Amino acid sequence: MSLNAIEARGLVKYFDDFCAVDGIDLTVPKGSIFGILGPNGAGKTTMLRMLLGIIDPDEGTRKLLGSERPLSVARQVGYLPEERGLYQSMKAYDAIAFMGALRGLPLKTGRIQGRQLLEENGLGAAADKEVRMLSKGMAQTVQLLGTIVHDPKLIVLDEPFSGLDALNQGKLEKLIRKQAEQGVTVIFSTHVIAHAERLCEEIAIIAGGKVPFHGKVSTARDRLRPQVRLETRNNEGPWRAALPADCEREGSFWHFTLPETGVEPLLKALIDGEAGIESLSIERPGLHDAFVAIAGEAAAKEMTSNGDMPQREAA
Amino acid sequence: MKELFRSSFVIARRDFAAIIFSKAFFFFLLGPLFPLAIGLGAGSLGEQMARDIDQPNIAVLLASDEAIALMAANERLSAQIGAGRLPTFTVIDQQGDSAAQVASLLGSDGKKSSDTKYIAVLSGSFGKPVLTGAAQDVMRWQGEIGLLISTAQTAVDSAPVQVQTQIIADSEGAKEKSQLLTAQAGQVVLFLLTMLLAGMVLSNLVEEKTNKIIEILAAAVPIDAIFLGKLFAMLGMAFIGIAVWITVGAAAIELFGPGLPSLPVPEIGWPLFLVLAFLYFAMAYLLLGSLFLGIGAMATTVREVQTLSMPVTMAQLLVFGLAAYAVTKLGEPIELFTAFFPFSSPFAMLARAAQMDNIWQHLLALGWQIMWAFIIVRISAGIFKRNVMKSGGQKRGFFKRMFSRPAKVG
Repeated sequence: MSLNAIEARGLVKYFDDFCAVDGIDLTVPKGSIFGILGPNGAGKTTMLRMLLGIIDPDEGTRKLLGSERPLSVARQVGYLPEERGLYQSMKAYDAIAFMGALRGLPLKTGRIQGRQLLEENGLGAAADKEVRMLSKGMAQTVQLLGTIVHDPKLIVLDEPFSGLDALNQGKLEKLIRKQAEQGVTVIFSTHVIAHAERLCEEIAIIAGGKVPFHGKVSTARDRLRPQVRLETRNNEGPWRAALPADCEREGSFWHFTLPETGVEPLLKALIDGEAGIESLSIERPGLHDAFVAIAGEAAAKEMTSNGDMPQREAA
Repeated sequence: MKELFRSSFVIARRDFAAIIFSKAFFFFLLGPLFPLAIGLGAGSLGEQMARDIDQPNIAVLLASDEAIALMAANERLSAQIGAGRLPTFTVIDQQGDSAAQVASLLGSDGKKSSDTKYIAVLSGSFGKPVLTGAAQDVMRWQGEIGLLISTAQTAVDSAPVQVQTQIIADSEGAKEKSQLLTAQAGQVVLFLLTMLLAGMVLSNLVEEKTNKIIEILAAAVPIDAIFLGKLFAMLGMAFIGIAVWITVGAAAIELFGPGLPSLPVPEIGWPLFLVLAFLYFAMAYLLLGSLFLGIGAMATTVREVQTLSMPVTMAQLLVFGLAAYAVTKLGEPIELFTAFFPFSSPFAMLARAAQMDNIWQHLLALGWQIMWAFIIVRISAGIFKRNVMKSGGQKRGFFKRMFSRPAKVG
């Protein structure tokens, strides 16, 4: 019995002459919340589609819940595609039931559970409304509920936060955590780093169809040394020898990477050298910094900051 | 296989309910009323015109005793051979110059009058009758009028000779000829229904593609199941439509037209013929429908589907034309080809049911057709999955999507 919900080796996908996915390896442990980060066009959706069996890879192998034929375990999987879609003439509860029925849930049970889920998520009044009468956010929630109505073991969400307002993004984060608490594996792609940073234990960074990083969020962060932000009264003095050669000055502030010797020798050298310390902060790098370092500045620029780019943590 | 049919059923149930409970379905049911109303209108107009043309009025300008005898003969002969086969006669009083009166009655004297409604005038006498009129009218009626005068000259009480009749069940020649009529009628009905209903599946995947639902379906069930589900939903809708039309048609015939001519009994017998007609309709629908669904699935917009509908209809006509041509050539290579060629096979086999009494060939044919329907669905689903269900590729035209092969790693 594999401990991984997803195992992919050397996945390759070409569209005509364009290589969308170039030899990706991916392992997603069971019961984890796993984020796939990458700018638009990095190959996230193509990779997810291959993992789910919607399209076949040109090369490589994939196992979904232990099966090499993803559709054979479709009943245990829930999928929310990036391009949202529902039958417009269906009632909300029926749309949820239909999505459950596609994955083996009896229609009658699906209808009961559909109403229940809508009620639990504050959409009880919309249960009998046709999808075309719902707002975009409501329709998106209906589709998300359709993704989980059959109690899947693995939930795959492609850009689940896009198009949602801050309130609904919060609700979705809560729902993802709740599913994970119940032992469900949740894998989602996003181009907003903040969501991954808040939710995920593990991530994969995709850029240009490759995976330059795959592992724990903390490991990604640890790839970078902490940054020091120092403010001094004195501009010159023997204390300057304690600063690394590539430090940057911005008015009375100095920015530099914390030397490998640690903070104590640095502080001693600054005090002994009469720097006149006004303030000193050591900032642990965030996932965004790790992403920039791993995927490159260009890829990072393509990522939507969405106004909620994670700030460096003060030490 | 079980999962394939379960998934197909889920798709079919959704589609079927969506179609049946839509307002548009009511108009779909009313659909055949329009050509029927046009047909009835045109038919009654044509009948009226035919009556006007075939039963022209001929003026009788004879001595009164001869005119009376002619009218009596007309009555007797009409009773014997049928009233519609003789012209209508109007007796006119002779006045003065006969030639001038004939010209006046035909309007050939240049004067327009209300009397100029006759196509010809019979004047002179029984001994020397003269029929005046346009060449085609005179030639058309000259024989009948000669027969009438002969009848008028014979004794009034002489009854027509009674011909003894001997009726046999059917002559072999007449039977074959009449069963050909049943075969052709069966093919026409099958073609009309297939053309009306199978073409509708062309646009069947457009909703899923425009609503972006296709990815949800494709992630949950095999593409083959989506195709099969859609086909079966439309087939179910077609059966409901046909059942309603047959019921309404039967009621209408019962009420208004019990005297309608009936078709000759097919060689295989009516009950089995009707069962086979039902099965062959389902097969023709599944075969053409799966092909059209596959072609339509390549289209990304409603406009592309509309553009495709014309060549698709032409292709259907071609298949029907082939089957209709071969129906008179039972057992010949061309007829065997139409029976084997999957798309024309249901038409050819229905014609065979009207003309041959072998059952086994229908079992074989139905198996053959089911096999091809599945092959076409699989191929269509494969092409769809390969060429449509891929993201990030270049946007390409319909034909490239249809025939392209995915690029491989070099």
